[in-house]
Amino acid sequence: MALTPDTVPHLWRLARLDFDPARQRPVLLYPEGAVLLNDTGQAILELVDGRRTVAEIAAELGARYQADVSTDVIEYLSRLAERELIQ
Amino acid sequence: MTDERPTTLLAELTHRCPLHCPYCSNPLDLLRAEQEIGTEEWRRVFSQARQLGVLQLGLSGGEPMIRKDLEELAAHARGLGLYTTLVTSGLGLTRKRAEALRGAGLEHIQVSMQDADPETAERIAGVSSVKQKQAAMALVKELGFAFSINVVLHRANLDRIGEIIDLAAGYGADRLELANTQYYGWGLKNRAALMPTREQVLHARDVAQDRMLRYKGQMQITFVLPDYFEQLPKACYGGWGRYYIVVGPDGTALPCHGAYAIPSLTLPNVRQHSIDWIWHESGAFQAFRGDDWMKEPCRSCPRKAVDFGGCRCQAMALTGDAANTDPVCSLSPSRHLIDEAIQEHAGGDSYVYRQYATEPQGA
Repeated sequence: MALTPDTVPHLWRLARLDFDPARQRPVLLYPEGAVLLNDTGQAILELVDGRRTVAEIAAELGARYQADVSTDVIEYLSRLAERELIQ
Repeated sequence: MTDERPTTLLAELTHRCPLHCPYCSNPLDLLRAEQEIGTEEWRRVFSQARQLGVLQLGLSGGEPMIRKDLEELAAHARGLGLYTTLVTSGLGLTRKRAEALRGAGLEHIQVSMQDADPETAERIAGVSSVKQKQAAMALVKELGFAFSINVVLHRANLDRIGEIIDLAAGYGADRLELANTQYYGWGLKNRAALMPTREQVLHARDVAQDRMLRYKGQMQITFVLPDYFEQLPKACYGGWGRYYIVVGPDGTALPCHGAYAIPSLTLPNVRQHSIDWIWHESGAFQAFRGDDWMKEPCRSCPRKAVDFGGCRCQAMALTGDAANTDPVCSLSPSRHLIDEAIQEHAGGDSYVYRQYATEPQGA
């Protein structure tokens, strides 16, 4: 799936965000796998709710960090989309 | 010592199983009910594993539905935050128990399927099972679990891989794992009856790749070439003692489920030791960790940090020394053993079914 600013991404139905107490890191869990997240990844994925568009996610984070993060957001989500963790 | 933390715990709750599949991954010497550890011990193991860093839990067997405390164990795992997969034949997964497991917070169920053709499926399982499996899969779907189907592939079912994939999609699976038979334990005993031809394997790969595109976005399909038909060995579980812990029905802890077959290992037990000690201190988990144990051609090989010399259990089973290069590797002096085994596809079709030396009552 190619992501555009208008795409409304959602997490794979089988995946969920959690916090790993042992590594003190946010983590995306799904059948037979896990992705350890950094704070940026967590911030992005927390806004992936099946309602916001990619552009809206980028705008919200951009306001939070006072920077244009739209390229970073679309690249990050595209990488997860290649693995079908974002759909 | 290692700074790495394990990610996955496979809990083989029991070896008891209504099925008799000739490629079963359980050891030849199956444990009985009275040897199994109890609910409290499993709860402690899950808690300790979580504390050490485990994220994924497999509740497996044998047939884990045979354990009456399965729902309690699933609830405990969910409470700890583990992502839990129930690995089941589907037999014993009644509506009542499936609903209880859903209530306990179990997220993912993987059901085994033997073949698309019912007659062959039951010949492989060694027992009438197709109708019960169909009912179980319908329940998994209806109750909204994450739903995987697992199919072990071999000579008798490879040619129907297209039908198998279509059937799995029809059941509504989210994921389909097409796993070529691995030749350890029971699988090794039955190798001549299970071994496919190269043509079968390559055809199946093409069909699987075609269906992956067809079902993209609906069902994830994994298909990995069997290592016998590759020139490089697989990195077994990402390396010995790096990510993976298996605990067997009696509390024996192993770095992989085939490690029973390596006689030089003294396998630790959760009855005596914590998961933390087992991971960091036990000789068995350190035996083939890193690369100090390697001999040539592995020691000087640029791929040693990629495939870790392949599978220790396969090296043991086929060459008699677990520290040898996996004979699948084209650089192994024992590669001819694999090439000879591939020719075994002319062998007979009768299986040595998985069973106890003498069947216990009520198994």
